[in-house]
Amino acid sequence: MATTRILEGLGRFYIALLLGFLYLPIIIMAAMSFNASPFYQLPFEWTTDWYASLWQNDQLIAATWNSIEIAVITTLISTVLGSMASLALYRYDFRGKKVLQALLFPPIAIPWLITGTAMLIFFFGVGIGRGLIAILLGHVALALPYVIVVVSARLQTFAPELEEAARSLGANQWQVTMRVTLPWIMPGVIAGGLFAFAVSFDQFVVSYFLSTPGQTTLPVEIYAAIRKGFTPEINAVSTIIIVVSMALMLLTARFFKFGGEK
Amino acid sequence: MAGVQVANVSRSFGAHKALDNVSIDFADGGFYALLGPSGSGKTTLLRQIAGFDFPDAGRIAIGGESVERVPVEKRRIGMVFQNYALFPNMSVADNVAFGLSVRGEPKATIATEVQRALDLVQLGKLGGRKPHQLSGGQRQRVALARAIVTKPRVLLLDEPLGALDKALRVDMQIELKRIQREIGITTIFVTHDQEEALTMSDRIGILRDGQVVQEGPPEEIYDRPQSEFAATFLGDANIFRGDATGSGIKLPDGTTIKASTGTSVPAGAKASCAVRPERIRISTGAAKPDPANANTLKGQVSKRIFAGNNSTYFVDRDGQTLKVIVQNTGAERLAEGQPVVLSWSPDSTVLIAAA
Repeated sequence: MATTRILEGLGRFYIALLLGFLYLPIIIMAAMSFNASPFYQLPFEWTTDWYASLWQNDQLIAATWNSIEIAVITTLISTVLGSMASLALYRYDFRGKKVLQALLFPPIAIPWLITGTAMLIFFFGVGIGRGLIAILLGHVALALPYVIVVVSARLQTFAPELEEAARSLGANQWQVTMRVTLPWIMPGVIAGGLFAFAVSFDQFVVSYFLSTPGQTTLPVEIYAAIRKGFTPEINAVSTIIIVVSMALMLLTARFFKFGGEK
Repeated sequence: MAGVQVANVSRSFGAHKALDNVSIDFADGGFYALLGPSGSGKTTLLRQIAGFDFPDAGRIAIGGESVERVPVEKRRIGMVFQNYALFPNMSVADNVAFGLSVRGEPKATIATEVQRALDLVQLGKLGGRKPHQLSGGQRQRVALARAIVTKPRVLLLDEPLGALDKALRVDMQIELKRIQREIGITTIFVTHDQEEALTMSDRIGILRDGQVVQEGPPEEIYDRPQSEFAATFLGDANIFRGDATGSGIKLPDGTTIKASTGTSVPAGAKASCAVRPERIRISTGAAKPDPANANTLKGQVSKRIFAGNNSTYFVDRDGQTLKVIVQNTGAERLAEGQPVVLSWSPDSTVLIAAA
């Protein structure tokens, strides 16, 4: 009995340590974004000044809007294209299908630094250059494999007889897709979309390579601001990003976990 | 409503001939069973008729109109799948409404027709449920209602009762037959269950290795099988092999067996005789010889299986084990090891030409 209790205690301590290690820095940062002292001095003095001054920081706000715009457009494009690609891979057998499927995975594993460099060179080569369009194209390319992987995983649980049944009832390919297949893979499509949003919104490395001083995203702008000199404004904006990102990830987890039922 | 003609249809998958020159005429309003072991091509044939797959050669006509290159969605067929294939995201009523809805029928018409179809399968009150809230038998009925609500020309059933337990299967057999009669639709169903084929269908087509082995009414196939395969696949049969004598066969040990049904085989050619286990009389040899049961053989009971209303005796004779089914009439039961005499009529003996 005693040993069990000790082991249980150790287990709890371990979990506490793990969670502390994960979340303590974030909690401190979030707390400091509400602390009056710019030098992290205690005692803690409550203020929302940093959030207020964030509001005045035009560059940061412009970059935030860029990030949101790019993330939303990336999500739309990569979710639609990725879902279509998954359906094509599911339905049709064609030459080079296996190769194509294999080629979809490495971009997830290739370091973003290398992808970023390669994209920069490529975009200059083809005349797109740097800027928001380049960032958008880059993000779509990065997000696509994630969408395809997630939607394809969902399609694995789809019973092909359902499409056959729909066709036997007179439905054409479009009706089959919209009324039978898409409703079934929807949780996967939403999860894939959330992934795409996260990949784009949190993207620093590739965006850094492809941005110009006027056309930049929030993570790149934060990095630039830190280099100039750290201010608690960064804490404030980081806290906002963390809240948004965590909300997105929790949503993703929800769709993944409960999507498979029914 | 329409008949279906399958003429000289062949279909290969790589080197495998799934269908090899198959021809069957499915008459309008009939109830057909395609019976065969797995890999016999019965499902492939059903998919050709449905239009999920196209034949390499041959013609398929529904109501006299050639359809072998028409895709399934334009063939106006109804199909029930083995695992029902109900749309999980839709209610029962929406499942049934699907076919009418993709055609763009007015909402009021759809509602009336759906209710009528659900009433027909006795699920009138369950329209609001989701498929996962239904039992297997209920899902089966929904699948059937969904397939017939569009008034298809043909109803195709792919092992429709395979996923149900025995008691429910018998209920559904009766139910399916009732509905088929009520709407008078040409129905073709695939099964590997011989009992199902016998009890439900007007005609049976037995398939093996992509070919039609025999086709006809169940009674005809059962009473006059044209091959050893048909004899043993549809029901049980004792098979004797020997040389044709003109009026039966002579076994290698010299015994003759008289046969007065089946094909005629020229004397001297290799031939077989098939005898159903329930047609054979078993006795201890004490009884007087009966001219009506002119075929007799001596043997020894090796095993008896009691099944309540009947008993199955396995009788060994000359290296062969014969099966005899005896109704439980209260007569004396024979013990294992007992010498017995088997006798049966030439009328119950089917002569089959060797393949």
